[in-house]
Amino acid sequence: MIVNKAEVVIGRVILIIVLVLTLVPLVNMLSAALQPADTNPTGLTFPTDPQWINFVTAFETGNVWRLMGSSIFIVIFVVPISLLLATLAGYALGNLRMRGGRFLFIFLILGLTIPFEALIIPLYYQMQALGVLNTQWAVILPLIGLYMPFSVVWMRAHFIGVPPELSEAARVDGATTFQEFRQIQLPLARPALSALAILLFLWTWNQFLLPVVLISDPLDRTVAGALTFFQGQYSSSIPLLNAGALIIIVPTIVVFVIFQRQFIKALLQGAVKG
Amino acid sequence: MTTSIAPRRAAARAAARRGTLIGWAFALPALIAYSAFVIYPLLAGIQYSFYRWNGVGPSEWVGFANYIRVFTDETLLGSIRNAFVLIAFFTIIPVAAGLVLATLIRSMRPGPFSSLSQTILFLPQIIPLAAAGIAWSWMYAQTGAVNQFLNAVGLGFLARPWLGDFQTALPAVGLIGSWVLTGLCTVLFLTGIGKIDQSLYEAVRLDGASWWREFITITIPGLRQEIAVLVTITIIAALSSFDLIYTTTLGGPGRATLVPGISIFRIGFTQSNVGLASAFGIVLMALVLACVLPIQRLARANDK
Repeated sequence: MIVNKAEVVIGRVILIIVLVLTLVPLVNMLSAALQPADTNPTGLTFPTDPQWINFVTAFETGNVWRLMGSSIFIVIFVVPISLLLATLAGYALGNLRMRGGRFLFIFLILGLTIPFEALIIPLYYQMQALGVLNTQWAVILPLIGLYMPFSVVWMRAHFIGVPPELSEAARVDGATTFQEFRQIQLPLARPALSALAILLFLWTWNQFLLPVVLISDPLDRTVAGALTFFQGQYSSSIPLLNAGALIIIVPTIVVFVIFQRQFIKALLQGAVKG
Repeated sequence: MTTSIAPRRAAARAAARRGTLIGWAFALPALIAYSAFVIYPLLAGIQYSFYRWNGVGPSEWVGFANYIRVFTDETLLGSIRNAFVLIAFFTIIPVAAGLVLATLIRSMRPGPFSSLSQTILFLPQIIPLAAAGIAWSWMYAQTGAVNQFLNAVGLGFLARPWLGDFQTALPAVGLIGSWVLTGLCTVLFLTGIGKIDQSLYEAVRLDGASWWREFITITIPGLRQEIAVLVTITIIAALSSFDLIYTTTLGGPGRATLVPGISIFRIGFTQSNVGLASAFGIVLMALVLACVLPIQRLARANDK
């Protein structure tokens, strides 16, 4: 590529400005969180006497352990069940290509663009009728269904890419469909599955609308859904509100930084396929 | 293995039948989950939308009255208008900024700085939107960093509580969306530019083409696919925004930042008008489809 010096410099400078703009709101939270809890801080100020104790206070009064537990409980059901159902269906649509599969595929695609807000009212009464309103199940069950179109389309795309010779070879060797699925197709699907797992984890962990509407006690919600509780709890203390919000954000950021290559790949693929 | 043709065909047919049966068995659990928690509520929502119902008492058939109200009620129409204004901030700014940034960054060699900037650009994508709302409420506050900056550069007369001002609340919320989505657009465009044949760039450069010409004749056409994808995602995000508005303004001041998501929530749960809220939900879904389908069709037509 032919690039001259000036362009490199301009590119760098603009990139650095954008990076700073991206980071400022987050750094600004940290600077506020470290100011004395009973003061009203001003903008981005360097904390001369950092009050790390604010994080301890926010952690305790925010019931963060309970919130994390509740979030993990929701994730632990939503992600594996969604992965399992989507893999089975994706295999059926991408590899077995049974009769009527195309119809099923189009039926699922219809659900891809439905905004959650369009379903939230009927979901509320459905969860009430099922007797699970205000429990974590009111979020777990709908999320599995709501993630299904994307997840199946994702897994189908993977299975379509697997060379059919593999299945034929397995069948010639006398493997049943189920054996072939377990011993040949599943191990091959691992990269597609882990990328989907990352996306589903992130979407569930950050899910806001469903927990806010379907679970009245904020402490039984996802951590994201509980942020409204923090807003109410700390309306009088900007430092504590920011400390609480940071506690909520930091675990995701840590997980992201550790697995960032997989995350970025998954999110980019997710964007393209969605 | 030697077999004659006929039994082989029969075996193939049997295998196909077996395949169909097993295929549906594999697909069934997903189909059930999808039908139970997407299709059923969708149909229930359509049903509710033709009734007047407060959620507990008896319901009354009202025909299309709820839909007529969605398209005549000034408050509801206002929230749809606001959602379309948000498209400017959720779609146009991030996609345009992403294109420019990706073109400028393109020259960067892979290395620690490049991967660090990718990580940072992606951060807003990782944190919950609700948390981004809290971070920015504080940025925009009377004593917040935005006003602090304006005072520092001598523009103090512009300072105001950005989210509390009727004039600025909607653009201010919109810019949070730009902040969240620009990174995703940039990184996706960067990968897209990497796939464009580099010899094309060299050819126009040798012809003495300007930066702008190169951008228009090579970069934009080469990124058609990515542009279509990002426009689709960001339009959906704009029309169905909820988290950001909920944690920043709740639709206020007045109705300055009211969007369909917040309207549905308020009408359905605060005002207990289940029928109207359901009708609005169906209209919102139709709006999203009406915006997304033409883009998809356009993108496909371009591919051929």
